[in-house]
Amino acid sequence: MRNITIGQYYPADSILHKLDPRVKFLGTLVFIVSLFLIKGLAGYAFVTVVLVTLVKLSKVPFGMMLKGMKAIIFILIITVFFNMLFTPGEVIFTFWRLTITKEGVFQAFRMAVRLSYLIIGSSIMTLTTTPNQLTDAMENLFSPLKVIKVPVHEISMMMSIALRFIPILMEETDKIMKAQIARGADFESGNLIKRVTNMIPLLVPLFVSAFQRANDLAMAMEARCYHGGEGRTQMKPLRYEKRDFVAYILMLAFAAAAVCFCIFGGGWI
Amino acid sequence: MQLELKNVSYTYGKGTVFEVNALSDINLAIEEGQFIGVIGHTGSGKSTLIQHFNALMQPTEGKVLFEGEDIWGEKYDRRALRSKVGLVFQYPEHQLFEADVLSDAAFGPKNQGLSKEEAEARAREALAQVGFPEKFYGHSPFELSGGQKRRVAIAGVLAMNPKVLILDEPTAGLDPKGRDEILDQISYLHEKRGITIILVSHSMEDVARYADRLIVVNDGKIPYDGTPREVFTHYEELEKIGLAAPQITYIMHDLAAKGIAVDVHATTVDEAKKSILEALAGKGVCR
Repeated sequence: MRNITIGQYYPADSILHKLDPRVKFLGTLVFIVSLFLIKGLAGYAFVTVVLVTLVKLSKVPFGMMLKGMKAIIFILIITVFFNMLFTPGEVIFTFWRLTITKEGVFQAFRMAVRLSYLIIGSSIMTLTTTPNQLTDAMENLFSPLKVIKVPVHEISMMMSIALRFIPILMEETDKIMKAQIARGADFESGNLIKRVTNMIPLLVPLFVSAFQRANDLAMAMEARCYHGGEGRTQMKPLRYEKRDFVAYILMLAFAAAAVCFCIFGGGWI
Repeated sequence: MQLELKNVSYTYGKGTVFEVNALSDINLAIEEGQFIGVIGHTGSGKSTLIQHFNALMQPTEGKVLFEGEDIWGEKYDRRALRSKVGLVFQYPEHQLFEADVLSDAAFGPKNQGLSKEEAEARAREALAQVGFPEKFYGHSPFELSGGQKRRVAIAGVLAMNPKVLILDEPTAGLDPKGRDEILDQISYLHEKRGITIILVSHSMEDVARYADRLIVVNDGKIPYDGTPREVFTHYEELEKIGLAAPQITYIMHDLAAKGIAVDVHATTVDEAKKSILEALAGKGVCR
């Protein structure tokens, strides 16, 4: 449970940490889309170079990003497995009723690279941006949707509250778990049904306290006259600086390169 | 020796930027039947320390011995240990979950492998010992008042018949009456059942009144360890680490400064009263 990197800020002093969160958010989107556009070995080499540069720039240990990979390793294996076996094409290897094709191997390789780069790419964003900065960026970027009556502010407020409460609930879980272990509870052994019933002493107090907290928070917000987005100002409004424009230009260049690889790439992979 | 810590160190988040040294090289021996007060400011390492006593935390370095055995030894039964060393966390009412008070208090003994009847008998005994009124046994623990919830939670640990009972600020957030009742009951348990008590508290008065040994935790180390009288003679040093002596000790120091021959090391009101009366009798003011 603790291994999920998404939403876990890693404090460091790097250019990526200083960038405006909107730049990072859009950059991640561009990066993900590009991953699915590029073709050809040269294209993949290019993305790899960009990704390695970003990892170096972020000053976050690479191990932290790999932690995020753990969560998807299972999906990754299944994807590779099915792509390898069920892509029709030139047969290179047959075993019993399973056949592996050349196209399958390439397809599996492509998917594996795309998925792992996708996770590493988005981990770079979440590791260098605090969850609050991220929701601010989203609120700002999606604010045009207010015209069609999308409650952008409310959604982003809900998101920040949810994010804010993840570590609190984790801590709470840890505390209640320890308290019950001290009373002899067992969360580790037994079969599936036994394990699920063993969770009751953990889940009931957790729900009780989560509702209690939600109640308290709603009360505190009302006591401070919170009434939604209209006319609300921010404590730290987002402002673009010179480096952010430079980043946008680089991002455009990257997107253009990706489109080029999409059109002229191809080759054998 | 009942509980022993040998060169225990604990580091949170070892190997990351978030690395924090919570305990460093702690040596501690606790004898059976002692009533120990643990004081230290918030974040000093108290909570980390007490969680080492019942194997909820594993020291990054050093050894913890219970009755001479290494509790992190390969074959050691740590679940059995936890029923011998009961730990009541801060705000223990947050751990209540059962439909009624009696079943909640019986949760611990049931986990020890006792039958339903035996477990309930233990629960009744424990609830009676913490002074919980019998007419509420069938009520939902969530309907009770704060003080009553806390009694149920303490009873839940007590019902396992621990030899050592550790309480992390059992009186936090209670009114003065509830606080005195809980502390009196703990002290009663200590005397009647001979349980070793380890009481973490922020109240210098409380530890001075009940404990016969005081352990001061600061910055992951134990700078003072002795009787409350001994420890509170260092009240100036204690103030530097965010603690203090009981208020009565300050009064005694002020009186002594005014030239009245009182015992400046008195830590409880009773001691102080006796010493003041003696001093005044000596002066012929009162007999």
